[in-house]
Amino acid sequence: MPLIDLANPTRFLKLSSRILPWFAAATLIVFALGLWLIASAPDDYQHGAAVKIMFIHVPAAWLSMGCWTVMTIAALGTLVWRHPLADVAARAAAPLGAAFTAMCLITGMLWGRPMWGAYWVWDGRLTSVLVLFLMYLGVLALWRTVEDPTRAARAAAVLTLVGAINLPIIKFSVDWWSTLHQPAAVLRLGGPTIHPSLLTPLLVMALAFLLLFITLHLAAMRNEIMRRRVRTMLMLQAEAAGR
Amino acid sequence: MNLGPYASFILGAYGAAALIVTAMVAWVLIDHRRQARALTDLEARGVTRRSEPRPGQATTEART
Repeated sequence: MPLIDLANPTRFLKLSSRILPWFAAATLIVFALGLWLIASAPDDYQHGAAVKIMFIHVPAAWLSMGCWTVMTIAALGTLVWRHPLADVAARAAAPLGAAFTAMCLITGMLWGRPMWGAYWVWDGRLTSVLVLFLMYLGVLALWRTVEDPTRAARAAAVLTLVGAINLPIIKFSVDWWSTLHQPAAVLRLGGPTIHPSLLTPLLVMALAFLLLFITLHLAAMRNEIMRRRVRTMLMLQAEAAGR
Repeated sequence: MNLGPYASFILGAYGAAALIVTAMVAWVLIDHRRQARALTDLEARGVTRRSEPRPGQATTEART
């Protein structure tokens, strides 16, 4: 089956209903494995047991940027190919991205207080992630504010593309500016600098978070398609009643 | 498992993460139930989309 055929909403609903239970089951299994690995992971020689916060903070941070990347690709689909599923994908990803960014900020603050002596500092990394969170809220507000779905989709797509400028700023903020935040320790040239005993649970939790995102994104996309069908049917009903 | 002097921060972080994950799952499930109920109600009232096959018509792929 050509890949483009999967972008048909009806076919997407059929396929996603078949694969969703498998993704949900895989998410639960990998989360259970990750939490077991975290429980048996050693303390860090500098940060002690507080290193356990890293196992949820880092995957949440990766997904906060990953969700915006998905929305950016979807925005191109909306603006260039005008595909109906592209806006559905973006709209389903935005609340999830906002939630993962909130998780990243909260767990980061709870890491910062014992490690840096402050919940918050206005440095490049923390501020750029806060800007990302505000952009998620802005896009969500835009979709709710503009009544015409086609106009809302285009406006949100443009805002998403403009907001994508923030992604490299977040990534390289720790290299460009003086910051309390530690530099990249996993996704870096030269390989990870974390000991395998801590890297393994981190990567397993990252996989668990990724599976969670895929599961919730597929389910939210299905909901969005259903919402649009309800809207269409309500409009047809109103049209028929007006005749 | 001894969490040491940072126990409250570690438990707070995991509690917040669990709360956010629960909220995301609940949002998806509640939204699904709401949309499915709305679709069922409309179909029960005989409302169909233009692209949906009417009785006796050949099946075609539907749009959103």
